[in-house]
Amino acid sequence: MDFNYNLNHLKELEAESMFVLREVAAQFENPVLLFSGGKDSILVTYLAMKAFYPARIPFPLLHIDTGHNFQETLDYRDELVERTGARLIVGSVQEAIDQGRVVEEKGLNASRNFLQTAVLLESMEKGKYDAAIGGARRDERKPAPKERFFSHRDEFGQWDPKNQRPELWNLFNGKKNIGEHFRIFPISNWTELDVWQYLSMEGVNLPSLYFAHQREVFERDGMLLAASEVIQRRPTEIPFETTVRFRTIGDITCTGAVKSTAGTIDDVIDEIAASRVTERGTRADDKRSETAMEDRKKQGYF
Amino acid sequence: MDYKHSELLRFTTAGNVDDGKSTLIGRLLYDSKSIFEDQLEAVQKASERRGEEGVNLALLTDGLKAEREQGITIDVAYRYFSTPKRKFIIADTPGHTQYTRNMVTGASTANVALILVDARTGIVEQTRRHAFIASLLQIPHLVICINKMDLVDFSEEVYTNIKEEFEKFSYKLDVKDVSFIPISALKGDNIVTRSENTPWYGGGTLLYTLENVHIGSDHNFIDARFPVQFVIRPNNDEFHDYRGYAGRVAGGILKKGDEVTLLPSGFTTKIAKIDSHGGELAEAFPPMSVTVLLEDDYDLSRGDMIVRTHNQPNVSQDLEVMICWFNERPLQLNGKYAILHTTQEARCIIKDIRYRLDINTLHRDVDDTTIRMNDIARVVLRTTKPLFFDSYRRNRITGSIILVDESTNETVAAGMII
Repeated sequence: MDFNYNLNHLKELEAESMFVLREVAAQFENPVLLFSGGKDSILVTYLAMKAFYPARIPFPLLHIDTGHNFQETLDYRDELVERTGARLIVGSVQEAIDQGRVVEEKGLNASRNFLQTAVLLESMEKGKYDAAIGGARRDERKPAPKERFFSHRDEFGQWDPKNQRPELWNLFNGKKNIGEHFRIFPISNWTELDVWQYLSMEGVNLPSLYFAHQREVFERDGMLLAASEVIQRRPTEIPFETTVRFRTIGDITCTGAVKSTAGTIDDVIDEIAASRVTERGTRADDKRSETAMEDRKKQGYF
Repeated sequence: MDYKHSELLRFTTAGNVDDGKSTLIGRLLYDSKSIFEDQLEAVQKASERRGEEGVNLALLTDGLKAEREQGITIDVAYRYFSTPKRKFIIADTPGHTQYTRNMVTGASTANVALILVDARTGIVEQTRRHAFIASLLQIPHLVICINKMDLVDFSEEVYTNIKEEFEKFSYKLDVKDVSFIPISALKGDNIVTRSENTPWYGGGTLLYTLENVHIGSDHNFIDARFPVQFVIRPNNDEFHDYRGYAGRVAGGILKKGDEVTLLPSGFTTKIAKIDSHGGELAEAFPPMSVTVLLEDDYDLSRGDMIVRTHNQPNVSQDLEVMICWFNERPLQLNGKYAILHTTQEARCIIKDIRYRLDINTLHRDVDDTTIRMNDIARVVLRTTKPLFFDSYRRNRITGSIILVDESTNETVAAGMII
């Protein structure tokens, strides 16, 4: 029994996120949860399951599949959908490329990130979704510290930093005109460490990629990338096998691994607590320029 | 690290570009080892590019491209750091008059307001404004950091004079708990470790104060208030007749078997169960998100409120409210706005403007009652349906509202019910 009527910080964050998720279900007609297979979207899905228990999550999961996903991510996704009874919708970047709706980048650092944005906005329009729930956190890079829980997007899916609404107390204003939508970030106030501590406390399973495993990798710009046929290598970039894990999970082409022996969530927590580099430091897509995240956000990436 | 016993503390900072606020936050993040190498490296590079000597910690907290170019902060930015004892959320806001709305926003959820005073200039208009907003928004604890002590030779006299001057005007404000700390954000004095330069100072460092200020009673644990947020009806074989009221406890402590009254219907029943994904709970208290099941089958919906029968909120369509105006378009007397309160939504008309408050002098102006962006005013509202509310002083959740312009959908005002 909690004698002091105090919640620990993880339980307080949980309560806040559940409140936001319930607000979405109450205020929007057709919300969707953006599921990437990364730990943050796994957390959001888990919190949604809690928020609506014992009913099912009242909105579908939308996965934008770049076609360059780790198999472990897809397996995990399918198992999760099966277990929770959630509805899954997949937007395919490969299909968009095949049909000529988008054109693939070429070269060494080719990534499907920009195509992902186009396919996401296309899927949003097709499904007529008026709210897209994501797992972005404010402790990530600029300009995330100023993001809202309820983030307004215009009819082009664009984010205008000057046109965001103030959020006070527990009062969220989700009013909008036809054609506009919101991005919702229920775990805005969580840090990377909070996420791991909570997943440990709750005993949530994660894809095996997050834990130390043997993998064939190669080094580029100080990062370890998976040696996969979807990344073009220079002749000097010789693959080797080592023990690694991933701190973030996205498309294979831009997700860097770190050398690690952390085999359990608690090992990972110790590793992060001692870590001196942010998790975004392992993402090639953010390194393109200092304002990379901000530029992609304005285009509607998240 | 025993993270399962760590608490969450939210604090707000406000200040000018010049009073060392960004440096202070940078210092807290840096000294609590919340800065990562890649972030530090980026700041080092930026400092070099700007031709600055050493690492400019203030750059750690700069956010958007536009503001980095202008060198000013334009909005509320949230920062995070933690120690083994607590996790901290900083709502960082700019301090000029034209940013009152940002300060109000940051203050709305804060346990602590951190107010910076430049030791060389002492209490200025901006200090008074911060303190006033902290009291208006009922932030339970104020921490006054007397900064740049290194520039006044760590003089005890300077510290004491500023402290006394602050106390002289703050007795008029509604603040309960104030502490004063002599610091140098730039040099790190009394931020994380006790400074050898202030032997005359007997209090704790800033971090010690933030880690130990008592926040256990910041919520209202007396008046049971449960606004219904969402109705959970699984409609499956296993939970056929399940009808759960999902919401966040806004006040008091709810227990199974408690006699409760439902608003607006006035029906009385008992709490049959407090449910959660992890199983049934013996009780629920703020700020928990739970699901409440009732013994009798009444049809509640979003916006209704479950309260203790012998302790009920005000129920009325007429409200006296202190508002802060957020929008470029001035307040329209007799104008109609949407009003959001707990999980309830209604429309309202602004029937009267009692006065406009000058937040620097606290003068109540009853003649010039044009309410523009960043103004604070006392107004009278009439709503289309009754709201169930407490005074903001008693409960920050059931006592707060926002107004929304129905033509633009913008949030145009925040209000505290008197």
